[in-house]
Amino acid sequence: MTTTRSVMPFDEALERFEPVLGLETHVELGTESKMFCGCPTAFGAPPNTQVCPVCLALPGALPVANDQAIESTIRIGLALNCTIAEWCRFARKNYFYPDMPKNYQISQYDEPLCTDGHLDVEVDGRTVRVEIERVHLEEDTGKSTHVGGATGRIHGADYSIVDYNRAGIPLVEIVTRPIAGTDRLAPEVARAYVTELRELMRSLGVSDVRMEQGSLRCDVNVSLMPRGAAEWGTRTETKNVNSLRSVERAVRGEIERQAAVLADGGRIVQETRHFHEDTGATTSGRSKEEAQDYRYFPEPDLLPIAPAPEWVEELRARLPELPTARRRRLQAEWGVSDLDMAAMRNADAVDLVEATVAAGAPAADARKWWMGELARRANESGTALADLPIEPGQIARVVELVASGALTDKLARQVLEGLLAGEGSPDEIVEARGLRVVSDEGELIAIIDQVLAANTDAADKVRAGKVAAAGALVGGVMKASRGKADAARARELILQRLGVAG
Amino acid sequence: MSAITRDEVAHLARLSRLALADDELEHYATQLDDIIGAVARVAEVATDDIPPSSHALPLTNVYRPDEVRPGLTPEQALAAAPAVEDGRFRVPRILGEEA
Ligand SMILES: [Zn+2]
Repeated sequence: MTTTRSVMPFDEALERFEPVLGLETHVELGTESKMFCGCPTAFGAPPNTQVCPVCLALPGALPVANDQAIESTIRIGLALNCTIAEWCRFARKNYFYPDMPKNYQISQYDEPLCTDGHLDVEVDGRTVRVEIERVHLEEDTGKSTHVGGATGRIHGADYSIVDYNRAGIPLVEIVTRPIAGTDRLAPEVARAYVTELRELMRSLGVSDVRMEQGSLRCDVNVSLMPRGAAEWGTRTETKNVNSLRSVERAVRGEIERQAAVLADGGRIVQETRHFHEDTGATTSGRSKEEAQDYRYFPEPDLLPIAPAPEWVEELRARLPELPTARRRRLQAEWGVSDLDMAAMRNADAVDLVEATVAAGAPAADARKWWMGELARRANESGTALADLPIEPGQIARVVELVASGALTDKLARQVLEGLLAGEGSPDEIVEARGLRVVSDEGELIAIIDQVLAANTDAADKVRAGKVAAAGALVGGVMKASRGKADAARARELILQRLGVAG
Repeated sequence: MSAITRDEVAHLARLSRLALADDELEHYATQLDDIIGAVARVAEVATDDIPPSSHALPLTNVYRPDEVRPGLTPEQALAAAPAVEDGRFRVPRILGEEA
């Protein structure tokens, strides 16, 4: 293994060197069928159940491009402020590797569908413009599992087994121009860019962009140059970084590693590196020089793409509200601070809060539940907030029940627990768990009298004017009613019954 | 002067994962040289008013609607595979041990 563990602390590395970033992001489009054939694209199907002669490259099978994938790619290009090609072609990228049964991947080479765009991201209150070099359309590869050998990795495996369900799913590659001048913010800029891109894809509705399922994958390029140097250093490419947090860590880790190598008088090898989720470190993979002879040529089996300018303009006019504008609007509507808005974004709660508000809840309540109790639950179980088995409409109903006085916050938490356990709708859970607030005054008084009788010491203290002792009695009432009493009303009644003015 | 060198043929053979013996390299270098020569003659005919083209048909924008069509069953898909394991195509070792 060519693993070098020595690193230079980030701050020191940044004092001596300036980083330059580049990001290549792959987005699997959420089309019903594959790029060049009619196979379905659902994630997680049993191996080789979503394949046909085209995506298995059986002799004589011919590809035909998916119109929806072309349209989605153009919409992505437009949303990224790109120029859309008036005429372009697919190209064959030739390589021998069993993840593509054709022994080539249909991609685009020197004629990408979209070029020269940009995406603005916000980091630390500062707007950084990330230039987009190109957006092109290609097909995803199959999935290999490496069997045997010491590590389960490709190196030294005894053999591999391949599932072609993913082969041929439309894949959009988005490539930035080198991003210089980000300095200490480089790791955050990388993360903010991928976050913004992910939100953009979501708002366009072109992909489910689930990094953990690989429908959004990121390759991170990093190079360092000594401060004041005019020329950029040699870059490395860290492949398949599969979470937002990992994007940030990969950039940071690579800066620390390269700084140590350079400070030691060493040289950076242009190579592909692998990111390790557990340690945050990268290790050397294939060296670039040997892998780069793809002999691209125009794909003879597919005709050129020539989007009519009128159609492109129509697509541009129909673009939805984009994430930055939407965030600004929501923040104003909800009346929340920059900090609260950023927290909601980081927790992936903006869509959920918006949907809850749409279902009738006041924004402050919607935010309280999603960012409080539910964020805590998601955190505990290690799931994404959106993956909790709970719907915004259900939260809106819980909020409504609390507002009407039928539930206290404490009881509402029990309803959430029931929702997460799949016990039905909020109303069903209130009914089944018997959670409704004791609103019958007679019932509440009966409970209070019981508690007073059982706690004569405390009751006497209150009678004698030590009103603070009422707290313990209210606690007793809440306990006896299993949390279903209205605590404020219980306190009033206790004081009344003990002859003390409230 | 031939249009393709023996070293270039060896490079292409390696990229194509073909194990060619020395006499075969010689043999294919001669053949490929003939082919490149023939293509070069076509190129000579081209003038400025003939744009380069990659497709014989004057068509663009031929697409299919985004609809799922029935494909193969896994049994059919794997029927001709030399080796199968766990519902997947089994392929020989891809890369050796790391240096
Ligand atoms: Zn197929």
